[in-house]
Amino acid sequence: MGALIQLEQVAKVYGKGQAAVNALDRIDLIIQRGEFVAVMGPSGSGKSTCMNILGCLDTPSRGVYRFGGVDVGALTRDQRALLRRNYLGFVFQGFNLLSRTSALENVELPLIYRGMPIRQRRERAREALAAVGLTGWEQHNPAELSGGQQQRVAIARAIVSDPDVLLADEPTGNLDSARSREIMDLITRFNQERGLTIIMVTHEADMAAYARRRIDFVDGRIAGAADAPSGARNK
Amino acid sequence: MLWETYLLAQRAIRRNVLRSALTVLGIVIGVAAVITMVTLGSGATAQVTSDISKLGSNMLQARVGQGFHRGGGARGAATPFQIADAIAIEQQIHGLQAVAPVTNGSLQAIYGNANWSTTITGSTTDFLIVRDWSLADGRVFTEGEMRAGQAVCILGATVVRRLFGSEDPLGATIRLGKIAFRVIGVLNPKGQSSFGTDQDDFALIPLRTFQRRVAGNTQVGTIMVSAMDGVPTEQVQTDMERLLRERRNIAAGQEDDFFVRDMKEIIDTLTGTTRVLTALLGAVAAVSLLVGGIGIMNIMLVSVTERTREIGTRLAIGALERQVLLQFLVEAVVLACFGGVIGIALGLGAARGAAHFLDIPFIFNPGIVAAAFIFSAMVGVIFGYFPARQAARLDPIEALRYE
Ligand SMILES: Nc1ncnc2c1ncn2[C@@H]1O[C@H](COP(=O)(O)OP(=O)(O)OP(=O)(O)O)[C@@H](O)[C@H]1O
Ligand SMILES: [Mg+2]
Repeated sequence: MGALIQLEQVAKVYGKGQAAVNALDRIDLIIQRGEFVAVMGPSGSGKSTCMNILGCLDTPSRGVYRFGGVDVGALTRDQRALLRRNYLGFVFQGFNLLSRTSALENVELPLIYRGMPIRQRRERAREALAAVGLTGWEQHNPAELSGGQQQRVAIARAIVSDPDVLLADEPTGNLDSARSREIMDLITRFNQERGLTIIMVTHEADMAAYARRRIDFVDGRIAGAADAPSGARNK
Repeated sequence: MLWETYLLAQRAIRRNVLRSALTVLGIVIGVAAVITMVTLGSGATAQVTSDISKLGSNMLQARVGQGFHRGGGARGAATPFQIADAIAIEQQIHGLQAVAPVTNGSLQAIYGNANWSTTITGSTTDFLIVRDWSLADGRVFTEGEMRAGQAVCILGATVVRRLFGSEDPLGATIRLGKIAFRVIGVLNPKGQSSFGTDQDDFALIPLRTFQRRVAGNTQVGTIMVSAMDGVPTEQVQTDMERLLRERRNIAAGQEDDFFVRDMKEIIDTLTGTTRVLTALLGAVAAVSLLVGGIGIMNIMLVSVTERTREIGTRLAIGALERQVLLQFLVEAVVLACFGGVIGIALGLGAARGAAHFLDIPFIFNPGIVAAAFIFSAMVGVIFGYFPARQAARLDPIEALRYE
């Protein structure tokens, strides 16, 4: 069986001519099902760019991205939306929860687009909120929740649709270390219990330590990697 | 799916109630205006029609001059009618119930200290038949009184009220202008006509009395006739025209210098006027609906810009382009329909109040209510489509990055 995620010579260029920025410079990357990967690197090194491509939110300027063997570049806009809907869960750095919308309704959202009937949907959303330890907070709006709680709602929303991959861009970026550890424990549990593949951007070595593999970005390239599992690196 | 989308839209609308309310204000006003105008218009039309048929739908009037369709006045010098014309009509035209030569004037009516300016109608007792008046008290003119031109009068209810208050007017002597008249009868009230004039504000005196003592001539202004039931008024009209041409020596091929009009024509003219007015006001209201639609589009566009990140989030978690399109479209339509419903309620309420105030019937017109609702939904679709497409076409990553 092929790798779940495979990047081949993927480049992303922003801008044109003199002003062009090589945000990603022909990177190769393979991630297997069930891995827990931490992505690190200095600011502006291309981590978010890479995550967006992996999450099918953005398309590479050059190179091929295969998800489960499928060339994502050949898919239509709606097919990519379906791929996101069915296989990917996102936790954004800025949470991106809908304001003035209860935690439950926020978590429900991906299921609405799947056309799941309301009772089942509510049930699943409740379970997801319970899994992140937010039972009893269902009816609260994001504005009434703490940063850590909001981040947990965002995680619940990402996992409610039972994705194959959880992509988290600095999920602990604006949290204190105690809250950060809670979130990391949660993510680790999902990785271990559900076999969820996790790709997580972080600036903090403490957080990266939870992962079993670490990728370092430098100037749009992948630098030497630590703890690479079973020769998955550099094909 | 549509129901879900409706719920989503409803949720989005409820997130900003004040703005949603302001957004639909244009539609609310437009729809309310249309509903009020049209409802009042049809009430007024019904009122005019019923008023005029109360005058007697089998009534015809002959007057000297050009037809009222042609603006009149062209032959100011045309000979006035005489009593003999009325008698000729009575004798030579079949199927008539009553023929009343009528002349009107305006005089001061005085009784004791009370003083009231009113219309004096000189005619025969046939006038009461043609115009369908009934006596409340007293009696009508006798043949002798009419022939001799005696100073007797029958008063309309308003004149009685103004001059006598609660006193009994029968047998009293009043002055009309400089002449003393004895009151011999009082009419039942008819109330206001649809043109706002008080129909009860007049005093009826014998035609000869009017001619000799008020006007000082032998002219007759109008000849009113009423056809018997079942006699077509068109027939009476042509008969009268032929007879009057003959009597006035109008050569073949020459135009009439008088006109005979039928009540139906008058009804058509008047309801035509209210219809035109209704259509005009309706058009103005429709323009305000259009403005309301543009208001919705404007706010929806602002809303799309403002909710760019939200749209990005929705796209990122797997919403399809058409799901986002549908959501914003449904949102616009729900908003518009919501405005429509409020507008309909307001319009009906306003029409009801105004109808009561103007004393015309309130006629609920389900057709126009349905049309207003459908129209507001259409406004939502048309003006919501562009912003919705704008939202659906957003690039997820651009939208997420939007500040
Ligand atoms: N939309 C964009 N338009 C132009 N340049 C961009 C855009 N997004 C990113 N870049 C550039 O691409 C490079 C990589 O950006 P990226 O966001 O991937 O960095 P990052 O590693 O996530 O940094 P940080 O740790 O600060 O989040 C940067 O030089 C940035 O200026
Ligand atoms: Mg970043």
